[in-house]
Amino acid sequence: MKKIFANATEALDGLLHDDMLIAAGGFGLCGIPELLLQAIKDSGVKNLTFASNNAGVDDFGIGILLQTRQVSKMMSSYVGENDEFMRQYLAGELEIEFNPQGTLAERMRAGGCGIPGFYTKTGVGTQVAEGKEHKDFNGETYIMEEGIFADLSIVKAWKADETGNCIFRKTARNFNPPAAMCGKVCVMEVEEIVPVGTLDPDHIHLPGIYVNRLIQGEHEKRIEQRTVRSKETA
Amino acid sequence: MPWDRNQMAERAARELEDGMYVNLGIGIPTLVANYVGDKDITLQSENGMLGMGPFPFEGEEDPDLINAGKQTITEMDRTAYFDSAQSFGMIRGGKIAAAILGAMEVAENGDLANWMIPGKLVKGMGGAMDLVAGVGRVIVVMDHTNKHGDSKLLKECTLPLTGKGVVDLIITNLGVLDVQTNGLHIVETAPDVTEDEIRAATEATLV
Repeated sequence: MKKIFANATEALDGLLHDDMLIAAGGFGLCGIPELLLQAIKDSGVKNLTFASNNAGVDDFGIGILLQTRQVSKMMSSYVGENDEFMRQYLAGELEIEFNPQGTLAERMRAGGCGIPGFYTKTGVGTQVAEGKEHKDFNGETYIMEEGIFADLSIVKAWKADETGNCIFRKTARNFNPPAAMCGKVCVMEVEEIVPVGTLDPDHIHLPGIYVNRLIQGEHEKRIEQRTVRSKETA
Repeated sequence: MPWDRNQMAERAARELEDGMYVNLGIGIPTLVANYVGDKDITLQSENGMLGMGPFPFEGEEDPDLINAGKQTITEMDRTAYFDSAQSFGMIRGGKIAAAILGAMEVAENGDLANWMIPGKLVKGMGGAMDLVAGVGRVIVVMDHTNKHGDSKLLKECTLPLTGKGVVDLIITNLGVLDVQTNGLHIVETAPDVTEDEIRAATEATLV
């Protein structure tokens, strides 16, 4: 069981093809698999569909794949803060399937658990419910949402051992575990790979069974909205 | 005098009770955190955190620690982190007592529109649809009228809905209105604002 690869390009070798569905972790620019996104850009693979909560900003995150027109569809809950995205969308060059954020997370989790569909109250009576099966349970109406089964998952964690058992850090966990679970193959990038036995088994956030390939690398970890308070007002 | 942004937030904070887990939306709702006083309130940030602290001091920002508005924040002693599926699991599972949100329009039956203006603003609903469908109580904080002076409290929403019949209480710059079976009921007026002034600024049925 050899999961560790030298870099993002090698870790993605043989996994990329045009027209594929990729589930990506991250919320805004927090916890995004920035090294793998760059390698996907370099590969030139195109007509991609991304299941990802956001679309990055113009020059970081999935935004770099929008600039090169490698993305044809986004399944997301919020795509503000990205001018190129808006331009391509309004020009009809990019398709967007809006998912409520919890629906998107649960669709990934469900896919990863072998659950093809589930019912939720979220979106009932809105555009999101149009064309979906409605069903009443205990006098309340729910809509059916489908699990996401991605061709590939790309995610980022803080630390992993050599078998892929991993730990996330603070709010950088976000969509990474459900995104990791829903792909046929999952490639994970981390800030540090540690020897097996180093991490406390009780503290593992995502067990290595979900991680097929692993790389370690330097991360820029860009901040999208730097907000501070001054010591005087505290 | 109508309430200003901070006074609206202060009024909204009075709706919160000791021990509540609460989700605050972006904008005026964020200010509510400044007015909870001695009440033991735990704030949820739907990107995966309970126990959200204030903004960091300059130089102490952490790119791994942001709120749902993507702003840098801090943790507290009680903080817990979790993934997005669990975060929305607790929202959908009814564990969050209340959400305080902004709105573009609210209808007299509690319909809420706050995520999209067709042809103009197409950014997405984020977690708003999950919150209004799942939390115990939905409190809207917004200006009573838009910049053209038109009522934002309507008989029916004109914009795409975020949720149907989901709003429980509306706090505007003019007063507080409860969503009841047959329309909106004025609970309170801002200082020196009369019920007649609220009526004149409201399209929705008042009961």
